[in-house]
Amino acid sequence: MPECLRTGFWPHTFDGLTLGSIYAMIALGYTMVYGVLQLINFAHSEVFMIGTFAGVWMLRLYGIHSPVSGIELPLMIAAIMVPSMAISGAAAVALERVAYRPLRRRGAPRLAFLITAIGASIFLSNLFFIRIPIVGWTLGGAAPVQYPELIHRTALFTAFGYQISNKQVLVVVTMLLMYMFLDRFVMRTRAGKALRAVAEDPEAAALMGVPIDRVIVTTFLLGGIMAGAAGSLYGLFFGQAQFNIGFIPGIKAFTAAVLGGIGNIRGALLGGLLLGLVENLGVTCTSTAWQDVIAFGILVAVLMFRPTGIMGERVRA
Amino acid sequence: MRERLARFQATKKGRASLVVVAAIVVLLLPHGFNDHWRAVFVDALAFSLLALGLNVVVGFAGLLDLGYIAFFAIGNYAFAIPTAGSYSKGLFLEGGLHLPPAPHWHDWMWLLLLGAIVAAMLAGIILGAPTLRLRGDYLAIVTLGFGEMVRIVARNLDSVTIGSRGITAIPHPQIPYAPGHRYLFGLAPVGYYYVMLLLVILMVGIITRLNDSRVGRAWHAIREDELAAASMGVPTVRMKLLAFAIGASTAGAAGMLTAARVNYVSPDSFTLLQSILVLAAVVLGGMGSIRGSILGASAIIIVPEFIRSRSPSFQDYRFLIFGAILVIMMIFRPQGLIPSKRRAIELTGAVAMPGAGVTEGPEAAHALGETDDGAS
Repeated sequence: MPECLRTGFWPHTFDGLTLGSIYAMIALGYTMVYGVLQLINFAHSEVFMIGTFAGVWMLRLYGIHSPVSGIELPLMIAAIMVPSMAISGAAAVALERVAYRPLRRRGAPRLAFLITAIGASIFLSNLFFIRIPIVGWTLGGAAPVQYPELIHRTALFTAFGYQISNKQVLVVVTMLLMYMFLDRFVMRTRAGKALRAVAEDPEAAALMGVPIDRVIVTTFLLGGIMAGAAGSLYGLFFGQAQFNIGFIPGIKAFTAAVLGGIGNIRGALLGGLLLGLVENLGVTCTSTAWQDVIAFGILVAVLMFRPTGIMGERVRA
Repeated sequence: MRERLARFQATKKGRASLVVVAAIVVLLLPHGFNDHWRAVFVDALAFSLLALGLNVVVGFAGLLDLGYIAFFAIGNYAFAIPTAGSYSKGLFLEGGLHLPPAPHWHDWMWLLLLGAIVAAMLAGIILGAPTLRLRGDYLAIVTLGFGEMVRIVARNLDSVTIGSRGITAIPHPQIPYAPGHRYLFGLAPVGYYYVMLLLVILMVGIITRLNDSRVGRAWHAIREDELAAASMGVPTVRMKLLAFAIGASTAGAAGMLTAARVNYVSPDSFTLLQSILVLAAVVLGGMGSIRGSILGASAIIIVPEFIRSRSPSFQDYRFLIFGAILVIMMIFRPQGLIPSKRRAIELTGAVAMPGAGVTEGPEAAHALGETDDGAS
């Protein structure tokens, strides 16, 4: 083991898993939309960004300025995350309605979808940047919006000589819960079966009476909910919301989805955690300036040598 | 009026006279404005060059390149590093190399232009060779990653690019035009305007010929159905690589001239947003349409500058509007303002009317008279 890894191995492993959990939650949205529509939804990173803002709005709405503790804390976290998930979910559904559905109706080529996705992404992120004329009011602004501190960071327990904080546990546990909920939904419910059928073969599914439009809306909604959870957690963890905050985590999450095998829900989870780990351990051996280059390097390497990812694509190519 | 213009344009004489009028307007354009607007026109031409190059990649070959500005960056640095190297390194880097004075690189403008073109083309081939086998949407994300990587490397490689402080004091180039006489490009934009114009006209000539040749038909086939094209014997990877190389080298040329005019290069001017701006120009003008690319690029540079000169706060809304343009164009008019006849039928989808491209004639003619440089 190289020297740089020996000293910082466990702390960076835990930090990597925490960040990887966020990537995994965003990656689930990319992977599900890809599974159903074969579309890279570039604007998904903006759905995540909206989630970070929704978290701040909720904290302001409740008038919270100082950390809370006891039983109040989990209730408060839920009271922040659930509306954030709803707002992000609504944004994702609106995106599908306004931007993608007209193209689907027309049977537009893939290039048109990609350009629309890029345009929607730029539009949404700048919507949180500009000052709306006349009213002079802004959704976000140029500077980052600070989260009031809700959770006082404390060490919950010690593992391998490294103190695990309550925030880290919150992120990882929430991610696992969300993933279990999603997995049950896709594998056990009627709507989940319809979703899998459309991913497998949209035409055959339509002929069997599966309502394609409703399935697609469900897919965007689920992806948006996941991104909203990830966004508000990211905000609670790092304490910021900003108009361009979605870009880097969005790219990383997409890399994670490809790494795990795009279209594959379990793959997204695995890919997210793995990417978080590799990136954090890689940074210890180089410097944070190269952190993003590591992720892009992994993306290019995976696409070149194993484009189906670790777990393989569950849907057709 | 529109109909008459269209009929006028359809005749040989009509076409020729429109071209002559457009040529005169474009040639005299810098003389009716002050240096600020001249610089804007040079930017519009540089941007037209970029749009023409990206149009070959996106419009002709149907490959979405989201890291296109990286090649422009490489063109910038290919001129800045050898020419300004000695000044900047000595001035800004502690314990700098203190190289001897540059060997009068700025006399060799054409050679340096060629160098920038070759450097960008090589980068295009190096990126394209392994990645062009990928599916279209994967290619988009890989090129995006490449674009970001070039920017991050330029920012972190302090010893070569002076990091985020950027390279300053890039010398203005000179062209010897007679023994003992040389034209020195100073800060004034006029000289760059004509060189850039020459490049745009040259590029329009090259890609028009290419698009009407076997290569153009191969691109068309790949765009419509790659599998079918491959089975008909079209060397798909080689043709895509050619499109990539042409696009990259065009951006390299634009980059070299921009570095020479602005005489400052900083990695922060090569963000993803810039790549998307070029894409917006191509989409707005019409994918696959050469006149459209020039119109789109000129509009994207000149219109915001015009509005900004009236209301300075407009700058903030630019990207919001460009994002919206991309979405709205794709929904309502995917073929762009001046559609390419071939592409219009594909882009409007399965239910497109066969005559869709033809009915746009009058509008195309209308726009030609006002904005095109006449090289159609």
